[in-house]
Amino acid sequence: MHAETQPPGGGERSWGHLRHGSDIGVWGRGRTLEEAFERAGVALCAVMTEPSRVEPREAVAVCCEAPDVEVLFSDWLNALVYEMAARRMLFSRFEVHLADGRLEGRAWGEPVDVARHEPAVEVKAATLTGLRVKREEDGGWYAQCVVDV
Amino acid sequence: MDLARVSRHAEAEWWVEPHGAMRVPAVVYASEPLMREMDEKVYEQACNVASLPGIVKAAYAMPDAHWGYGFPIGGVAAFDEEEGVISAGGVGFDISCGVRLLETPLTREQLEPFKQALADALYHEVPVGMGRTGRVHLDDAELDAMLAGGARWAVEQGYGAWEDLPRIEEGGCMAGARPESVSRRARSRQADEMGTLGSGNHYLEVQHVARVEDARLAEAYGLREGQVVVSIHCGSRGLGHQIGTEYLREMSLEAARHGLTLPDRELACAPIRSDVGREYLGAMRAAINCALANREIITHLVRRAFERVTGVSGLRLLFDVSHNTCKVEEHEVDGKRRRLFVHRKGATRAFGPGHPDLPPGLREVGQPVLIGGSMGTASYVLAGTEESEARAFSSSAHGAGRSHSRHDALRLWRGREVVDSLASRGILIRSPSMRGVAEEAPGAYKNVVEVVDAAEVAGLSHKVARLEPLACIKG
Repeated sequence: MHAETQPPGGGERSWGHLRHGSDIGVWGRGRTLEEAFERAGVALCAVMTEPSRVEPREAVAVCCEAPDVEVLFSDWLNALVYEMAARRMLFSRFEVHLADGRLEGRAWGEPVDVARHEPAVEVKAATLTGLRVKREEDGGWYAQCVVDV
Repeated sequence: MDLARVSRHAEAEWWVEPHGAMRVPAVVYASEPLMREMDEKVYEQACNVASLPGIVKAAYAMPDAHWGYGFPIGGVAAFDEEEGVISAGGVGFDISCGVRLLETPLTREQLEPFKQALADALYHEVPVGMGRTGRVHLDDAELDAMLAGGARWAVEQGYGAWEDLPRIEEGGCMAGARPESVSRRARSRQADEMGTLGSGNHYLEVQHVARVEDARLAEAYGLREGQVVVSIHCGSRGLGHQIGTEYLREMSLEAARHGLTLPDRELACAPIRSDVGREYLGAMRAAINCALANREIITHLVRRAFERVTGVSGLRLLFDVSHNTCKVEEHEVDGKRRRLFVHRKGATRAFGPGHPDLPPGLREVGQPVLIGGSMGTASYVLAGTEESEARAFSSSAHGAGRSHSRHDALRLWRGREVVDSLASRGILIRSPSMRGVAEEAPGAYKNVVEVVDAAEVAGLSHKVARLEPLACIKG
């Protein structure tokens, strides 16, 4: 079975998915690390449903802290997974602030509406598989990992 | 997988001899075509598992193995209690995800007039898909009781039947659970999720026995050709996912403190005798109980819907098996019985005939091994064999495994077309998400027949019956 964890080269897209045999990878790219994290949040939403169908009606605050930036990225996605599961919500808009290994962010969304959102699958967790956060040649940032569905 | 890197020891048995940091060989059980298709990552991950401290005999991969995190999915490894480790990645996020099979007295023909109504009733009765809550809501004290009691707790609450319990691994209640090691977050994800099926590859399927492969074993299991059965595939829901998330992170960050050099961060583990090791074991066992209770409640809902629509009551549980666990078992190693911590991730326990942990009625013939299907393809009932213990600590495959990514599946299939095409074959699908159906299209999975044939040739388990779907409730 073919498995890829390489980011797609070129193109203008700022978030997307990576092929994986049984699960799926999410990635975000931005001018800043914060923007890359925010866009990976949109990719996470798109695993479950079409992000444009999720209205950003309510904001939920998310905080996490980690010893390195890759674990922090995994923690960010896992915090979103937790908040969506516990609140039975979907998020489509994200805001991230980073300082001294600490992330303070917000996610906007609405309660799951099965008929309108038709969620395909729920994400169980962000894994450490394919986990990578890196600075790109153009000075921008890229973040990815595989999520278990 | 590159076959030049493995040596063939038998028709369906391939070895990677220890090299580098490996302490034991890695052994893959698969036919040559399955080996050629298998991820290179399975090779890499099985070799990494073989390098962990305290591993006994070998790191094994089942015929349906594919790339996981840390351990491959379809990975089996046993560890010594003194020297060994426990790995959250070696169990997986969906702790105790598994399958159970209910037997009905109806034939396919007898069910036919009720099929539509039954599919609708099951879809109405059993909450499926993301965002759905169950009808059982637990406060903290009730959660503690559920986490300690498993399916036994569910029966005590009026869900399920006492006679189910011997037909569930551990008698329906995993000993050694520590509800106090389950975090507030894990609890809050589960409070409203009891009795829900979930999404992705989880399903509730009405099937019929399309072919008996071994008449003696089928009779012992109570299966006959044309008989209608019901399969339930799901796990420990949000609670298990959260426990996996938290302990994987902790084990990954603290490995160095325990003197562990991980070949890969996602191979997160801790010494069995460490505090975090003991805490994880207690939390994981609580999650096993959550999965057993969850499948018992769903069984109750299925029985209720079945009785209301067809008038038939008392569907009998053949067996309930888990796929993602670490269990303490005794196995023979170099002529001696040893107490081992056996990780099975995407693999099924497959005790052979005579095993003392099997209940009367199954002890004589071996444990049912249930291999899940994928809406339009077959499922199988197999039996544990005597030689399975020597092959892979009494373990077998758990399903077909995907052959196409979700991304490819969405490109190749439309949910509505999949539903219509299956309906033309007499298979009814009920799902809240057409995109979900497309992602889980039967064509996205490997050929399950190749997997069960390989399991049989390798001596891991023996074919008893082939099941085919009639109606599927998909999350």
